[in-house]
Amino acid sequence: MLRTGLVSAPTAAARLFSSASARFASTLVIAEHDGAVLAAGTLNTITAASKLGGNITVLVAGASPKAVADTVSKVKGVSKVVAVEHAGLKGLLTEAVTPVVIAAHKKTPFTHIVAPATTFGKTIIPNIAGKLDVAPISDIIGVKSEDTFVRTLYAGNAIATVQSTDAVKVVSVRTTAFEPAAATGGSAAVESSSDGAVDQTQSVFVGQELVKSDRPELAAAQVIVSGGRALKSKENFKILYDFADKIGAAVGATRAAVEAGYVSNDLQIGQTGKIVAPTLYMAIGISGAIQHLAGMKDSKTIVAINKDPEAPIFQVADFGLVEDLFKAVPELSSKVKAK
Amino acid sequence: MRVIVGVKRVVDFAIKARVKADKTGVVTEGVKHSMNPFDEIALEQGIRLKESGAVKEVIAVSCGPTACQETLRTALAMGADRAIHVPVEGAAYETLQPLAVAKIFKKLAEDNQANLVLFGKQAIDDDANQTAQLTSALLNWPQGAFAAKLSVEGGSKVKVVREIDGGLETIELNLPAVVSADLRLAEPRYASLANIMKAKKKPLDKKTPEELGVDIKPRIKTLSVEEPPVRKAGIKVENVDGLLQKLRTEAGVTF
Repeated sequence: MLRTGLVSAPTAAARLFSSASARFASTLVIAEHDGAVLAAGTLNTITAASKLGGNITVLVAGASPKAVADTVSKVKGVSKVVAVEHAGLKGLLTEAVTPVVIAAHKKTPFTHIVAPATTFGKTIIPNIAGKLDVAPISDIIGVKSEDTFVRTLYAGNAIATVQSTDAVKVVSVRTTAFEPAAATGGSAAVESSSDGAVDQTQSVFVGQELVKSDRPELAAAQVIVSGGRALKSKENFKILYDFADKIGAAVGATRAAVEAGYVSNDLQIGQTGKIVAPTLYMAIGISGAIQHLAGMKDSKTIVAINKDPEAPIFQVADFGLVEDLFKAVPELSSKVKAK
Repeated sequence: MRVIVGVKRVVDFAIKARVKADKTGVVTEGVKHSMNPFDEIALEQGIRLKESGAVKEVIAVSCGPTACQETLRTALAMGADRAIHVPVEGAAYETLQPLAVAKIFKKLAEDNQANLVLFGKQAIDDDANQTAQLTSALLNWPQGAFAAKLSVEGGSKVKVVREIDGGLETIELNLPAVVSADLRLAEPRYASLANIMKAKKKPLDKKTPEELGVDIKPRIKTLSVEEPPVRKAGIKVENVDGLLQKLRTEAGVTF
């Protein structure tokens, strides 16, 4: 008995060690917000964080973070909220936010630091990793374990499983790959501070020019109506807007449509634009180039309307209609029930 | 002012990647390569700054196998003044990651007294979108990622208009700085035959990671690379009524 006990001791110790390290996993989620409203992708990021095990702390940095911190404290699964207030955090510039994150990490070291893989997260996550001398991992679509993640390469044409050997994992999360965490049911404590770590000597936030729209936000929309070069002009996009408004959809576009000036570039879907995965994606006058498919091929149902029966988009479309869009879209518009 | 531009040799954007049968990566042998499209844009911006008189010298840098020298010759033909090739071959190249590349650029930026380092916002092979941000962190210089416009303001600042999710954002960075190019920053030029010939005479130096004192060992292990799931074949409908009927009965659409 004693012998058996001794022989198995190293295994038991190893098990104890690994469960201990799992218990001590602690994740810092960097909240994205505009000063008043929490960006939706933060909730999906919290779900990804919950798959890592351990406690979840959310950092809300801003010129006036209180309202957003209160919102985050109610999100299910959040253990603690750290609200850092400083006038220099207006615009959430990297040079201001990174030192705040590093300071929080120095105070209570985290095993994981994560943010949504939006422009905000893509901008700041590698910068934080650089300061910690660790290799960041971009745009993960799956969590296999504490140190092993899944992400796409080559415009979504290859899926890699990667393992980090760094002590701290600094990761951005593809929001469409994770469900949003429940916005209610949590009761995390909010810890407020006015952090002196903010660096205002290197960069200045001048201003933003946001595109105003009453349509749903692309990244979170259930239905997206998307147009390509075949729309032929900015004016013709109106038929997509009319249709989208009737069914409560967001409007997206290909790089070609953006470059031709038909729509503003924040509507671009694809490898170099936004990645979406709505319930229904309607590709209208879109040929289906590799770079565009990278941004939408995880949509639940894909519809293609194109007059070219050979267009590659038909290879990924669940339902395809070979017809001139200038005939088909107005007809669709007239036959759908208004929302 | 001196500008360093990072240019990566990648599988051409028009080629659909094929995953290797042994799941270790993507087939790159015998496949057409070219300069990463975002790097062409960054380089074009660097050359335009030189043409405007704001910049004195543009240095193009590429890390990787000998074939990267072709990418650098392209950069020289477009208008870069000189080039630096950082040779990384074989297995070391297969696992060369943005953190190691950023360390190489940090050293080169310091050694060459650069005031501005330009990159494309992401390489279209690993889709990482990290190198510019990592380089700015290592140098402790400010960053302007996803630049749609870049202008030099006096001798000590750059103004960057960035593409953000909801529109555009304008920031000012104190030089030295690191900026990454988005698609709309500049339309890259084609190199003329005369300039391609001239580029052959421009200086192309070699600096190994060892000479630069940079450890390029990977921090991330790739366990497997697989094909994405294939969508099941769809159907073609005859007309708008057929489409609406399918959407309502099979896709649960309520409109």
